Amino acid sequence: MSPGFVELFYLTATALFIFSLHWMNRPETARRGVVAGAAAMLLGILATWAQPFVVNHGWMLLAVVAGIAVGYPLSRVALTAAPQRTALSHAFGGLAAALVGTGKYYLWLAEGPEELTTFRMTAIIAEVILGCITFTGSLFAAGKLQELKWVPQRAVTYPLQNVSNIALLIIAVAIGTWLVVNPAGPAAGWLFPAIIVIALLFGVLLIVPIGGADMPTVIAILNSYAGLAAVAMGFVLENNLLITAGALDGSSGLILSIIMCRAMNRSYLNVLFGAFGSTPQTAPEGAERGEYKADTPESAAQIMAQARNIVIIPGYGMAVAQAQHRLRELYDHLKRRGVSVRFAIHPVAGRMPGHMNVLLAEADVPYSDLVEMEDVNRDMPQCDVALVVGANDVVNPAANQDESSPIYGMPIIEASQARTVFAIKRSKNPGFAGIDNALYFDEKTWMLFGDAKQVVGELIKELAEESRIH
Amino acid sequence: MNQRRYLPRWAITALAVAIGVTGITLAMQSEPAAVAEATSASDAPDSVDYWPMVIVFLLSTFIGLGVIRRVSRLLHTPLMSMTNAISAIAVVGAILIAGPDYPPMIRLLGGIALFASVTNIVSGFLITDRMLKMFKRDKSS
Repeated sequence: MSPGFVELFYLTATALFIFSLHWMNRPETARRGVVAGAAAMLLGILATWAQPFVVNHGWMLLAVVAGIAVGYPLSRVALTAAPQRTALSHAFGGLAAALVGTGKYYLWLAEGPEELTTFRMTAIIAEVILGCITFTGSLFAAGKLQELKWVPQRAVTYPLQNVSNIALLIIAVAIGTWLVVNPAGPAAGWLFPAIIVIALLFGVLLIVPIGGADMPTVIAILNSYAGLAAVAMGFVLENNLLITAGALDGSSGLILSIIMCRAMNRSYLNVLFGAFGSTPQTAPEGAERGEYKADTPESAAQIMAQARNIVIIPGYGMAVAQAQHRLRELYDHLKRRGVSVRFAIHPVAGRMPGHMNVLLAEADVPYSDLVEMEDVNRDMPQCDVALVVGANDVVNPAANQDESSPIYGMPIIEASQARTVFAIKRSKNPGFAGIDNALYFDEKTWMLFGDAKQVVGELIKELAEESRIH
Repeated sequence: MNQRRYLPRWAITALAVAIGVTGITLAMQSEPAAVAEATSASDAPDSVDYWPMVIVFLLSTFIGLGVIRRVSRLLHTPLMSMTNAISAIAVVGAILIAGPDYPPMIRLLGGIALFASVTNIVSGFLITDRMLKMFKRDKSS
């Protein structure tokens, strides 16, 4: 294929990528976006592959087949595992960027150091550092999300953590700068691998202090790093398609992390260096902390049957218990009785942006009944029953009232405004952030202890029996 | 729906600093050497004009911010797997390293990169489509 045609294909692919993201803004057109994106990708691959200097067809076909063999099963995972899969694919993205950057460095080094201009070296260093951080950081995040045994789930902290992490990053940047100035100097032989090792280590250390509740933000941040690594690769290879597609990914990650940070009332730096879960647990003030009032599914079902307006607030506990299908049955039962049922979705509920929406969509809940936090809070005082399913911090009134609370200032779903609150909770332990939730001790709150799936199942049974009696 | 500003001040500052640093680096670099050697070494890599790439980066970031802030919160998970698949355009770079007649080590690096990118392309687009298929409007309406 002649260079002109390659550029034409790249141009078309760029336009298609932009359209595909544009179509993503509404569920009606979103699937068209996937087709456009895949078409753009195919154009990019074809145009690149069909150039005359590409000769290793067998070797590349092998890699492609292996990629398909691994990629297809990854696309069939249960949607509760969507966060892990996303983190894993960020890791693959980072790996690809780091490898291409490394390859290009050694190619140019062999051709002659004059090829390694300041611009190229800066781009290569940026690409390799970003790629390596994304690779190990995302792998580690995926391990945490998958709850692998050898990966600590909770935030791990140690003294001088931030100082040593930042020092490590400064060392990497210093070596990087030195390499930019002397790309082929005598020490380059070991300094370039040193940068790779430091960046790989930094990726792990960056994720170690991150607790489960911060995962949505961190995944979004890693998303934008993966995009920026692709941009850097575009600068290295002087390829505008890579720059554009990488910038689209980078800005998407940026916007998502801003939304996540805002939904937690925290700054970017605070998420990365704040070590949320490590906040020393303030001794529970015995006076404020009342007793849990446990209720049976039977009486809960009776109250729900009388209600006219019910809001269900799902959280990560719903995903863990795989309770979304049962919730859909409950939703059907109540709807049939003429009750208005809606799901209130907090932006950071779950382990990645939009996690709850996807799970409920999987269970066939129509998206017109999934409402955002701001919209539902307005109606909360008119709501008869708020049913909290495995959510904790996102309904914790301490965010509004308790200035000493680590989540103070975080916007929450005002479940406590509803007339009656039922909270389904697995155990009496505090949530992931390790913070007590005053909502559970509120006088209008009744706890339903047990596995979310099982408790919702019992609610359904009681509702069904009751409708038989009447 | 949501009328709040999507870009907080620190993000704008960070973008401005990034653009500024890139610009100044480029400006300093292209100053004396390129002019002096322009006649002597026509194929010197320094003669490549990097400015257009930076402009492309700047503009596509703004397009990305504009397009993505309109994506409904409902679709943030599919959006993420979608942009993930899109950033697997790194496959182009992988082909450029794995394809030509380079030393075996380089081709190996390229091959692994190609494998990683293809994995992302296949799983990213397929799972996005699978998720989007599930989003349904209320059947009664």
